[in-house]
Amino acid sequence: MADTESKALQAKEKAEVTTPAEQTRPGLVFTPSVDIFETEKEIILLADMPGVKSGDLNIDLHENVLTLDGDVKSPEGADEVDVIREYRTGKYYRQFTLSQVIDQSKIDAELKDGILRLRLPKVEAATPRKIAVKSS
Amino acid sequence: MLFRRMTDWPRRDWTSPFDEMERMRRQMDWLSEGLTRVPWRGPSAGVFPLMNVTEDKDNYYVRAELPGLKADELDISVTGDTLSISGERKLTTEDEKAQYHRREREAGKFSRIVTLPSQIDTGKVEANCAEGVLTVFLPKAEAAKPKQISVKAY
Repeated sequence: MADTESKALQAKEKAEVTTPAEQTRPGLVFTPSVDIFETEKEIILLADMPGVKSGDLNIDLHENVLTLDGDVKSPEGADEVDVIREYRTGKYYRQFTLSQVIDQSKIDAELKDGILRLRLPKVEAATPRKIAVKSS
Repeated sequence: MLFRRMTDWPRRDWTSPFDEMERMRRQMDWLSEGLTRVPWRGPSAGVFPLMNVTEDKDNYYVRAELPGLKADELDISVTGDTLSISGERKLTTEDEKAQYHRREREAGKFSRIVTLPSQIDTGKVEANCAEGVLTVFLPKAEAAKPKQISVKAY
């Protein structure tokens, strides 16, 4: 994908979560778009979660299931009336099953400008180690 | 459907021979809409970024979700009653040896103009970008604000 000129960015509506478990408080729940990639040493997850402050974000890793849960407050004041409404606001929720073993004590999370960057270092034994095959 | 027709045929509410066809057509429309229906489709220009415009008595507020964009990467300008926002969303380049499991976020340029219902005071417009949400605060022009008219009683 090495195009030198950027294409126009397409608008995408936020996808609502189709989760069987309901929330305790009513409201919309969306799945954030994520990029997940893996290097030798760690797995990195980047999630778009605009409107979430770092205090409202819960990240949980339990039995190889990673849960992202970000709360979003409604940004409109009480007196404001809608003129155009093209997107709705609601909390973000997504779960992933991790296939690799993660070193939980070294997980690093950074939330900046609405993007969450989560670094999950793999346990040392899971880093690939080449085994040299001797031919006799 | 054939069984049903046999048990309550002839229907007393038929006013024309095409009523049954009309009912079938409506059911087919409903079925096909159910396959492709998007749960909520508010009016939308379909252009990135999606924006919400709200107003109160004195101001307009325009909000857009632009994760990853910092204040100086956005180009915002206003004229009498239009607001124009443009910029480019870039994704951070990662390690070349990285293997992607998922790639859902997109990057690219965007440019959008939105027209507000009435004139604004361009000198007092403010914008701020926090947690990836851009909020533009546009005070209405004095002539556009509602004025109470008192009715004199004679």
